[in-house]
Amino acid sequence: MSSSRDAMLHRIRHAVANGVRQSQHPTESAAYEVHDQLDAPQRIAQFAHRVEEYKAWVGECDTSAVARMIAQRLAVHGHRTLVLPHDFVQMWRPEGYELIEDDHLPAAHIAASDGVISTCALGIAQTGTIVLDGGVGQGRRMLTLLPDYHCCVVPASLVVGTVPEAFARLESVIGDRRAPMTFISGPSATSDIELNRVEGVHGPRTLEVIIVRDA
Amino acid sequence: MKPDSVIIELSPRFEVGAKKALQNTQLRRNMGKATQTIRAKRSAVVDEKSDWQALREAGWQIKADVMAQLDTYLVQLEAAVTAAGGVVHWARDAREANHIVTELIRQTGTNEIIKVKSLTTDEIRLNEHLEEAGIQAIETDLAELIIQLANEKSSHILVPAIHKNRSEIRALFQKAMNLPDLTDEPKALAAAARQYLREKFMSVKVATSGANFAIAETGSVCVVESEGNGRMCLTMPDVLITVMGIEKILPKWQDLGVFMQLLPRSSTGERMNPYTSIWTGVTPGDGPQQFHLVLLDNGRTSVLADAVGRQTLHCIRCSACINICPVYERTGGHAYGSVYPGPIGAILTPQLVGTAHASSLPYASSLCGACYDVCPVKINIPEVLVHLRGQVVAEKQKTLAGALDVEAWGMQGLATVFANRRAYEAAQSAGRLAQWPFVNDGYIDQGPGPLAAWTAMRDLGAIPQQSFRSWWRERQKHEQ
Amino acid sequence: MNVALFITCFNDTLFPNTGKAVVEILERVGQQVVFPEEQTCCGQMHFNTGYQQAAMPLIRRFVDIFTPYDAIVSPSASCVGMVREMYRYAAEVQQDTQLAERVAQLADRVYEFSEFLVHKLAITDVGAYYPHRVTYHPTCHSLRGIRVGDAPERLLRAVRGIDYVPLVGAAECCGFGGTFAVKNADTSMAMLSDKIRHILDTRAEVCVAADNSCLMHIGGALHRQRSGVQIAHLAEILVAQEG
Repeated sequence: MSSSRDAMLHRIRHAVANGVRQSQHPTESAAYEVHDQLDAPQRIAQFAHRVEEYKAWVGECDTSAVARMIAQRLAVHGHRTLVLPHDFVQMWRPEGYELIEDDHLPAAHIAASDGVISTCALGIAQTGTIVLDGGVGQGRRMLTLLPDYHCCVVPASLVVGTVPEAFARLESVIGDRRAPMTFISGPSATSDIELNRVEGVHGPRTLEVIIVRDA
Repeated sequence: MKPDSVIIELSPRFEVGAKKALQNTQLRRNMGKATQTIRAKRSAVVDEKSDWQALREAGWQIKADVMAQLDTYLVQLEAAVTAAGGVVHWARDAREANHIVTELIRQTGTNEIIKVKSLTTDEIRLNEHLEEAGIQAIETDLAELIIQLANEKSSHILVPAIHKNRSEIRALFQKAMNLPDLTDEPKALAAAARQYLREKFMSVKVATSGANFAIAETGSVCVVESEGNGRMCLTMPDVLITVMGIEKILPKWQDLGVFMQLLPRSSTGERMNPYTSIWTGVTPGDGPQQFHLVLLDNGRTSVLADAVGRQTLHCIRCSACINICPVYERTGGHAYGSVYPGPIGAILTPQLVGTAHASSLPYASSLCGACYDVCPVKINIPEVLVHLRGQVVAEKQKTLAGALDVEAWGMQGLATVFANRRAYEAAQSAGRLAQWPFVNDGYIDQGPGPLAAWTAMRDLGAIPQQSFRSWWRERQKHEQ
Repeated sequence: MNVALFITCFNDTLFPNTGKAVVEILERVGQQVVFPEEQTCCGQMHFNTGYQQAAMPLIRRFVDIFTPYDAIVSPSASCVGMVREMYRYAAEVQQDTQLAERVAQLADRVYEFSEFLVHKLAITDVGAYYPHRVTYHPTCHSLRGIRVGDAPERLLRAVRGIDYVPLVGAAECCGFGGTFAVKNADTSMAMLSDKIRHILDTRAEVCVAADNSCLMHIGGALHRQRSGVQIAHLAEILVAQEG
């Protein structure tokens, strides 16, 4: 095995000897857009609009109204049993529903629930993306994958403008705890049939996003 | 030299496969519709990015840096993955990679794996190899599943079943999944696949994947997908084996900020694809607790050694060049006889297996340049095509048959004529004389020799009586 | 400014009227045109088909012949593209630094006909009159190779009496591609049949382009089908005048 390693590295060194070697990593000098030109309310509006374009439902409320809004959405779908991370904010938990905290739940239990409630690490306005990094209120990856319904609570303060801004913020997460990350842009979808996007394959087929206004 | 145990079906030459494909009216209709759809989507989300050209330039520069320092970055990646609890393997060719993966699966005692769609594992024909070893590989991407059920080969790198329409897919699923009442609504077809694969995701212990990107400085690996089958394979099993071409590496975490804009917009024409997973080694309590990363060469270092061809390794497999290509649109992917069809396939395949083994592919292009325009990492595909044509000709001329080739003689003869003004002018007159038996009302409709391929389908205007230069000379005389 | 006409072997032999039109228009707008008679072929066909060694003497020859001139104008976007883009690459591959330097000095002075008028001389109205229905096919090398932009269309729109109809799917290749049209004749024809369909849909009498090679391809099919649509190089429209 090590001989393959040596052979490959040798071949690479031999190959690049025939050409430029003084190439510079360009991140510092790049001319692409890193920050958007929007103010905070515009950015939140863009985020909401672009998430909606993926056919996800989007709501917006104050922190005190989150539990009520979640409950309303669950009622719309007729969901009763929800899984959620053990550290999901207490005041955001809807009343009158069966909420099961993920404490090493078997996968089959998670899959059998009506849905999952989580928060997120970041939102990206320009692309309508939410990012999960296993931090507070997000749980392990399986939790937000197996149920057919995912309600994600996104504090407005966590919404950044652009993709490069998101990766800049996530750099410390990767450095500190090597957390696995999932970028979610709308519900599960496929373009495999005649290149048209249709929603609903293996991940949650319904994604709903509740944006929490800054206090 | 053709690398061992590679890959690619190069049975018919491109023009032979193309001729057959062009007569398939259903294929023409499906391909025309699909490529028109995706082109419109791509241009909408690319045009809204005012910094697109700057992003492309950044993409090019980052990849150029990767190529120049590939050894350094690979060693860095290996150290970071190992530190995060993963195991790194090095595979010089398809045979080594298949062997490594098979042994890793054997050690788990299972004979069934789930797969995330991966071109790299298609390239090394992992599935066939595993089958020989008694291991069943279940494709979980919808299009890959369609292909697997149809027992066909992929015709597109992103949407392997692009050549099939909804009613063809329905017929397949009805039979394979025993669902006689299934409709051809894409939503219903997707739901059928969901149900069919769910049990596998919940029970199978080993998964394989490819990688869209791997970050040298952090050891993170990234898979970009739509359906959630990727998340399933990357999350649910105990063991994850990722096979990655060595060129997929990016130096820094921040580089993802560039490529995660370039890839989704160029690929499916979305601002962002539904799901992207990024993992770093092993995370206790979350996902597979064993992670293996297989770094694959399989001809890539030969590509790297060619100063012109090297840019081919910049490719991020978005498929924008394939979707825009007027040749691909009409022939479909099977005519290319390669895992990599379209413009990128026409330059990558001959370099991976050697131009001698894919000599028709560099000619499978009108050099229209649409591919270069849309390439998110600015690969000058026409330039590489011309470069590879040069290699094909040089190789051919080394053989006896090549030296006696009619085209080669004709080209050399013409070059000699063009190198001398008098010879050129004499040839103009000779051509004018030689054509007269074939000219009918100013046109040739049945040409001799090499002209026959032209006049089989189009008329050819005859050579006029007076050349421009002879007109010019007359005019100069009159003016004096 | 001394303007040298780079006629191209193709136009010299097969489309002399295009060359005559270019000379007349350039003189009409006050340019002094010379025709270096030593010129033959730029080497494009050889080079793009893979006979790159055979093309090298032609490339060197071209550089020798045209270096003395202030501006080199050609009615072929494709051959201009060869000189401007591929000569640099050819010199690089040959590792001929002297040639590379000479190409670098020459390349910027080589213009396609419409781009010379519109971009270099800032002229869009050359006093033409052409009372016919016309559509325009932007060839790949003019559009994506040397990027003449909308120069040809601006020239056409300034023609008096013209009924200009834009072409659907204009940016797509007609399927010519040099030896591609013969080596991959079936695919080439499949591309051409769509191009022809769009041209016929315009109900134009004439299909115009800035490259006679693509026009020969398009015109070959239009004639085979007895479609009643003609082809013409841009210069041949612009040269037409009232009376």
